[in-house]
Amino acid sequence: MDLDARIPAGPIEQKWQRRRYELKLVNPANKRRHRLIVVGTGLAGGAAAASLGELGYEVLSFCFQDSPRRAHSIAAQGGINAAKNYQNDGDSVLRLFYDTVKGGDFRSREANVYRLAELSVNIIDQCAAQGVPFAREYGGELANRSFGGALVSRTFYARGQTGQQLLLGAYQALQRQVAAGTVRPFPRTEMLDLVVVDGRARGIVVRDLVTGRISSHAADAVILCTGGYGNVFYLSTNARGSNCTAIWRAYRKGAWFANPCFTQIHPTCIPRSGEYQSKLTLMSESLRNDGRIWVPKTGGDRRPPGELPDADRDYFLERMYPTYGNLAPRDVASRAAKAVCDEGRGVGPGGLGVYLDFREAFARLGRRVLDDRYGNLFDMYQRITGEDPHDAPMRIYPAVHYTMGGLWVDYDLMSTIPGLFVGGEANFSDHGANRLGASALMQGLADGYFVLPYTVGDYLARGGLARLDPSHPAFRDAERAVSERTRHLLSIGGSRPVTHFHRELGTLLWEDCGMARSRASLEHALGEIPRIRAAFERDLRVTGSGEELNDELERAGRVADYFELAELICFDALHRDESAGAHFRVEHQTPDGEAQRDDARFAYVAAWQWNGPITAPTLHREPLTFEHVPLQQRSYK
Amino acid sequence: MATEARPEQPPARASRLGLLWESAIGKKALMAATGVVLFLYVFFHMLGNLQIFMGPGQLDRYARLLHASPQLLWTVRAFLLCALAIHVVAGVQLDLSAREARPVRYQELRSTHSSTASRTMIWSGLLILAFVVYHLLDLTVGVANPGFREGEVYHNVLVTFGRGVGVLAYVVAMVALGFHLWHGVWSLFQSLGLSSRRVTPGLQRFAAAVAVILTLGFSSIPMAVLIGILRP
Amino acid sequence: MRIVLDIWRQRGPRDPGRFVRYEVPDVSEHMSFLEMLDVLNVGLVERGDDPVAFDSDCREGICGMCGFLVNGDPHGPTHHATICQTHMRHFADGDTLRLEPWRAAAFPVIKDLVVDRSAFDRIIAAGGYVTIRTGSAPEANAILVPKTDADRAMEAAACIGCGACVAACPNASAALFTGAKISHLGLLPQGQPERARRAVTMAVQAREEGFGHCTSIGECAAVCPASIQLEVIARMNRDFVKATLTGRDEAAPVAVFPRRGPAGGGG
Repeated sequence: MDLDARIPAGPIEQKWQRRRYELKLVNPANKRRHRLIVVGTGLAGGAAAASLGELGYEVLSFCFQDSPRRAHSIAAQGGINAAKNYQNDGDSVLRLFYDTVKGGDFRSREANVYRLAELSVNIIDQCAAQGVPFAREYGGELANRSFGGALVSRTFYARGQTGQQLLLGAYQALQRQVAAGTVRPFPRTEMLDLVVVDGRARGIVVRDLVTGRISSHAADAVILCTGGYGNVFYLSTNARGSNCTAIWRAYRKGAWFANPCFTQIHPTCIPRSGEYQSKLTLMSESLRNDGRIWVPKTGGDRRPPGELPDADRDYFLERMYPTYGNLAPRDVASRAAKAVCDEGRGVGPGGLGVYLDFREAFARLGRRVLDDRYGNLFDMYQRITGEDPHDAPMRIYPAVHYTMGGLWVDYDLMSTIPGLFVGGEANFSDHGANRLGASALMQGLADGYFVLPYTVGDYLARGGLARLDPSHPAFRDAERAVSERTRHLLSIGGSRPVTHFHRELGTLLWEDCGMARSRASLEHALGEIPRIRAAFERDLRVTGSGEELNDELERAGRVADYFELAELICFDALHRDESAGAHFRVEHQTPDGEAQRDDARFAYVAAWQWNGPITAPTLHREPLTFEHVPLQQRSYK
Repeated sequence: MATEARPEQPPARASRLGLLWESAIGKKALMAATGVVLFLYVFFHMLGNLQIFMGPGQLDRYARLLHASPQLLWTVRAFLLCALAIHVVAGVQLDLSAREARPVRYQELRSTHSSTASRTMIWSGLLILAFVVYHLLDLTVGVANPGFREGEVYHNVLVTFGRGVGVLAYVVAMVALGFHLWHGVWSLFQSLGLSSRRVTPGLQRFAAAVAVILTLGFSSIPMAVLIGILRP
Repeated sequence: MRIVLDIWRQRGPRDPGRFVRYEVPDVSEHMSFLEMLDVLNVGLVERGDDPVAFDSDCREGICGMCGFLVNGDPHGPTHHATICQTHMRHFADGDTLRLEPWRAAAFPVIKDLVVDRSAFDRIIAAGGYVTIRTGSAPEANAILVPKTDADRAMEAAACIGCGACVAACPNASAALFTGAKISHLGLLPQGQPERARRAVTMAVQAREEGFGHCTSIGECAAVCPASIQLEVIARMNRDFVKATLTGRDEAAPVAVFPRRGPAGGGG
């Protein structure tokens, strides 16, 4: 059966307006009688909790970090897109919509993307009014830069810390509601299960990470804004704590998981330096505006980079993609970098790196100009690697950065479980098979400030929600299951810490289901994952107890979920017998090595339904139609 | 509608100075304000003292001038005493509460970025306070001065500095005063919110200059007695 | 290289705690400090010992979750960088390093090097925001902000809320943290309507949480990983004194969250 996203009828420009008109409203006097749970305090979760609290609902806000302000949205560097057309360079809502659909390689839902582009302008207004210190022109207007290969300048930014400033804006709005008594914060609290009663999401089971106490919270709706699942790859640019447990538990309770194989690899990260590496650090893509990417022409060339004449260098992006050159899209650039490293021409320890060279830019623009543009990035690089980018070219390598897939949601951001809403990176909705730069912040805030506060209200207003408290048997059962799982992890009593298994799983996934995938590699991965999981079940060692702060225990629970997720990712990647955006099946490429879509067979969202640990999941399709942006082959030649 | 759940209570005290006294920032501002008063007093006191180099007649005349109007004298003294009391009580209270702010001490805390003067304000302050008491008993009341003669300031000063103990106490206190002013004269601008990255370096240089001038200025008198430039 | 560690171990808030000596034999100079601790922890778990608890999340110096003292230096010997961004190349083979948690009455130790910094959240909740209803914002360019003001505001807004300023201050004062937010919002036109009120409520809350006072020593700014300047404190003091003396009775000097309120500062 095809999935219905409940997209409003009418012309695309009027769909959102129309939906807002159709939405039922909650009587203001009744709002405080509705309790809502928001899990996650990033851009989507923080903004949603603050806005819903402001509307008068009783909101419980959960995060596993010690403060809502630590959510990983804080690490976004580049900026946020908005179709303001302040630069008078021909931007419009329609153009942002078009770019996003095309950038997503035609695997996103047109209606959602249009709404996103439409709301982008409100986000900037909202954030500026909150006191987000966006970069300004001398005249006092907001400044823009162009980003991620866009031909218009529509990216708003606050130095290299745009995510931080937007998140602090949402966090401050949230804290205002905490003081007002509408939002109750639960920091250092991790959601470990979703509770579904009579087919509706009615609460969650959480573990207090300080005391280890497991408890339940009942509500009229649950909103998950828990971010992406990139850490399934072990090494990624995600924060160490970022995890998939919340959405995975919801998946197991009946929410369908859409397009899990759409995982984005970012080309400009600092390469790993050793086995102990715990995370990868992103360097802003803006570096590619002035830096040239190259490797030695011949493998095994051990000369220092400065001694290689141009004749011995291969500026492979410029060679392969003459028009876009070093500014080729993320997936294209990442694959090209991996390809030259696979040929044995990579540089640095382990041969997993390519040079990003500013020599010419220094000669052309001077050190002062470049330091003004990238000074903080140069410092960051030097702090991490101990090498000065002024003296030698930077070394970069792709790393997992963002996951476009997530829980399936309809136009209202509601999952297949009524009453379970999903916002931000945790849902699948707006980026298709590939996310454009500076679009993640936009989506998180659009969902949190401007979509969820409306659509959640509509769900509540439609009624039928019986009073419920955590003494209900469904909560008791879920709590028991969670306690049992925790006890189990502590009782395996093997010899290896959780990191060992996580690293092994991640390495496998990176090799077999990373930048380039093939039927053979995916089948290999699907064969290996059960082996690693069996070793985990047999040989895991978690010390300490469940009644205290126990980082190992927290991570063990998350890694246990990663095994299942990894299987689903490979399963989805195997089923999607085409290349699209970040999902690159080597069997399907154009003669130039571009992703070759198969629109006849795969122009749909693949939503997977959990059928238990042993049975394969069921595939549901949401067909995608493209009425406003004609289907076309992406070309960055 | 999201209304503030917590109704705001009216301030318990109407007095604005009272409100300042209740808060840490306000208390620091009051310390800064009284610090200005005390600093100005000390500065003019030094100028007065230095008249000793113009001979006994000049100094004693100056002393009589200060005592010309008992009402004025006692008004000024009361004013200074109030300023001193506020400065000392606030300083001691804040210091005690700061101790509560870190009940478990560090095994090791490196304080290499700040001046010794800034970290020892309470001790330099208390040392100066102790000296002021002794100083008043020595040269104003006279009970601590073995050869005290009412109204004969030059004579009394030379008696005090004729003894090693007197010189030592005085010089130590003036060094403490220097330390106190070195940080205090800059810090008071910070406490009143009058500093910024533009003016701070200048303020810090000014404070250091003031500290050196006052310490040397005051200390020059016992030194002069010690090496015999000033004699009975 | 080989590193010897004296780490503060404390099972819980009521445990008195003590230093325990560990040795990490194979440390690479490219490791970050926290990766070195990861390696130590892997070894501890393999031996069946309780790993050292420390907070960290983004590990790229922006989330503000990590932080402890290394040989008496908050965030370690490299200044203006968090401990997650400090690499082992700054240490020498055979070094003995003492790891100690932030210590302040307002930051009680939860376990080992992990402390509770929810006091910072309550200070922000007390007034560190601009009251603007979602959806009611005017067109962004309708309010122009001079570039220098925006830049200054950004400098102050860069605070990551790690707590190193409190840790470094002999008085355990939160003046730099509080002043940074008051400065950030006070420098922008959007922050003006609540400027006086904000200065009072935030400063009062900071006091209520048990932080000490500021004596302008400057240790805080010297160790701040976000390079927040001391002048933010001057700005806070000015706003506070002005608000109190000019007597706009917008804010009562009563803490929004009274001391020993519910954990996390809920309603």
